[in-house]
Amino acid sequence: MAGFKSTEKYIASRDLEVAVNAAVTLQRPLLVKGEPGTGKTVLAHEVAAALGLPLIEWHVKSTTKAQQGLYEYDAVSRLRDGQLGDPRVHDIANYIVRGKLWDAFEADEQVVVLIDEVDKADIEFPNDLLLELDRMQFFVYETRKTIAAKHRPVVIITSNNEKELPDAFLRRCFFHYIRFPDRETMERIVQAHYPDIRKDLAREALNVFFQVRDVPGLKKKPATSELLDWLKLLMVEDLPVEALRTNEKQLVIPPLYGALLKNEQDVHLFERLAFLARRGG
Amino acid sequence: MFSHLVLALRSAGLPASITEYLTLMAAMKAGVAEYSIEDFYYLARATLVKDERHLDKFDRVFAHCFKGLEPPEGVKVEDLPEEWLRKLAEKMLSPEEMEKIKALGGFDAIMNRLKELLEEQKGRHQGGSKWIGTAGTSPFGAYGYNPEGVRIGQEESRHRRAVKVWDKREYRDLDDTVELGTRGMKMALRRLRRFARQGAATELDIADTIRSTANNAGTLDLKMVPERHNTVKVLLFLDVGGSMDDHVKLTEELFSAARTEFKHLEYYYFHNFPYEKVWKNNRRRFEETIPTWQVLRTYGPDYKLIIVGDAAMSPYEITMQGGSVEHYNDEPGTVWLERLSSHYRRSAWLNPTPRQSWAHVRSITMVNDLMEGRMFPLTVNGIDEMTRELSR
Repeated sequence: MAGFKSTEKYIASRDLEVAVNAAVTLQRPLLVKGEPGTGKTVLAHEVAAALGLPLIEWHVKSTTKAQQGLYEYDAVSRLRDGQLGDPRVHDIANYIVRGKLWDAFEADEQVVVLIDEVDKADIEFPNDLLLELDRMQFFVYETRKTIAAKHRPVVIITSNNEKELPDAFLRRCFFHYIRFPDRETMERIVQAHYPDIRKDLAREALNVFFQVRDVPGLKKKPATSELLDWLKLLMVEDLPVEALRTNEKQLVIPPLYGALLKNEQDVHLFERLAFLARRGG
Repeated sequence: MFSHLVLALRSAGLPASITEYLTLMAAMKAGVAEYSIEDFYYLARATLVKDERHLDKFDRVFAHCFKGLEPPEGVKVEDLPEEWLRKLAEKMLSPEEMEKIKALGGFDAIMNRLKELLEEQKGRHQGGSKWIGTAGTSPFGAYGYNPEGVRIGQEESRHRRAVKVWDKREYRDLDDTVELGTRGMKMALRRLRRFARQGAATELDIADTIRSTANNAGTLDLKMVPERHNTVKVLLFLDVGGSMDDHVKLTEELFSAARTEFKHLEYYYFHNFPYEKVWKNNRRRFEETIPTWQVLRTYGPDYKLIIVGDAAMSPYEITMQGGSVEHYNDEPGTVWLERLSSHYRRSAWLNPTPRQSWAHVRSITMVNDLMEGRMFPLTVNGIDEMTRELSR
């Protein structure tokens, strides 16, 4: 089987490669956590691309139920059809709506399933999927049919750590925590995304970026995705490098800061620090 | 084959199970890690650790199992991160003192020397003029006479005089970080209520459905209401005595105002640090004590433990046997806190002192480390954070 490795667009550390390959080989779910914006969701796309498999995405919201991923019985439609005298009403199978996991289990080839932001859902959500993810099969109560996976899919689950996941669920997964990339890795990531960026611009921008991340007390530290957005803006605006140049001590508000700082308290904090720095320097 | 790793992890308090061990074996057999130690380390980590809070502990246990280093136990001076020492020292030294440091070859020289000493030193040390410990004339350790001293673990009274707040975090422009007032109390109550009503489940409102279906001339119109949970059980441990009393009163009021939202709410008192006994009635604290073991047995792990205390004390009260200021404790405080926080998986420490000053008091940092970072300020914002952490 083709293993998962860093691609031109996605820089994966060795520990991430090992974790993904272990999950693929043993056909167990892989749980990925990490700061927002460090590429958790993108990972699933890259794994699917690297293994040459189609990707089925299931984005979880606070109201999502585990059952919705398997199937839903649309009782309301059936009731309506019954009232209108539609002949379809006699076969209950007409009102079973397939969920994402059903699609994945019935697919003719192996697929990659992304269960995105599993922690957004109700606290019971992961527990309700235990058996389904373990055996890769489920029972449709209404039609008395068991749906079993033709090929066990590669399951990638992401979590933003808003809720703790139950032990029984964790025990069945491989786990990987994406750490925030260090400067060297970050340079490679920038290079991978914008191969034609000017060297000096990238260097100065990274200086500013890490300086901003170092400011104590920021509510939301900018992460990789913010950096990439910001670099794109800088390239489009074609700013001179001097606009970014800072010295070690002096803190200045970076141009187009809106891409980096995402809430007004952070901007406010930054302005005050910059003001103090100017006065002090 | 690697069962000793799993056993060592379990004894260090990491919840590794047989299932996970078997998974690791299966992965090894399938050749995921091949023959590289590094890959094996990554694989073992992905299999056995399921929470990033445990990653550091795993690293230490792994190193111990495969290299034979010191096993982790509690918080030791040697474990203090360098930045922490550096920050502490920077904060406690005046510019004149900083000048004198140059006598020893500058700050980096001191830090390097400290590092060397920490590597050389085995075991605790007191007195003397070279080793790191307490009451010596060496530049390293607490209660030192050397102006170049890097203080490690000093008591608060002396400490407080020495504090120089150059910290950049002293911006109090955000309303939700100020201490609880009357308005703040209402807000905090709302947070606690939310804490009690967890989950986004929805259920059918039958009465409303019948009514609106009738209104719709018989065409079905479903009405849903959010489900209400009222199953949160809270165990409060309150620090009493001295500066804590006002805060304790406030906290008690706060939690009893919200108590209808909880299924159970129990109070216990302790002084400075929870040891082997706590009490229910503060006036009769010496006559009527309750063994902490009994509390652990009575209230199961489904309780959420909230400890309220300023955590300002001598480090010895936390780490040493017999360190308590009131009685002789047979087991150090760390043992008791670890026992409590491993029994109650959802636990937090509420601290009435402002968060900015935590880093200045060594015992607070120690307690925060023991709680694995689950210490929150007694403010609306802090209660909000705590609520989120406890109801995860």
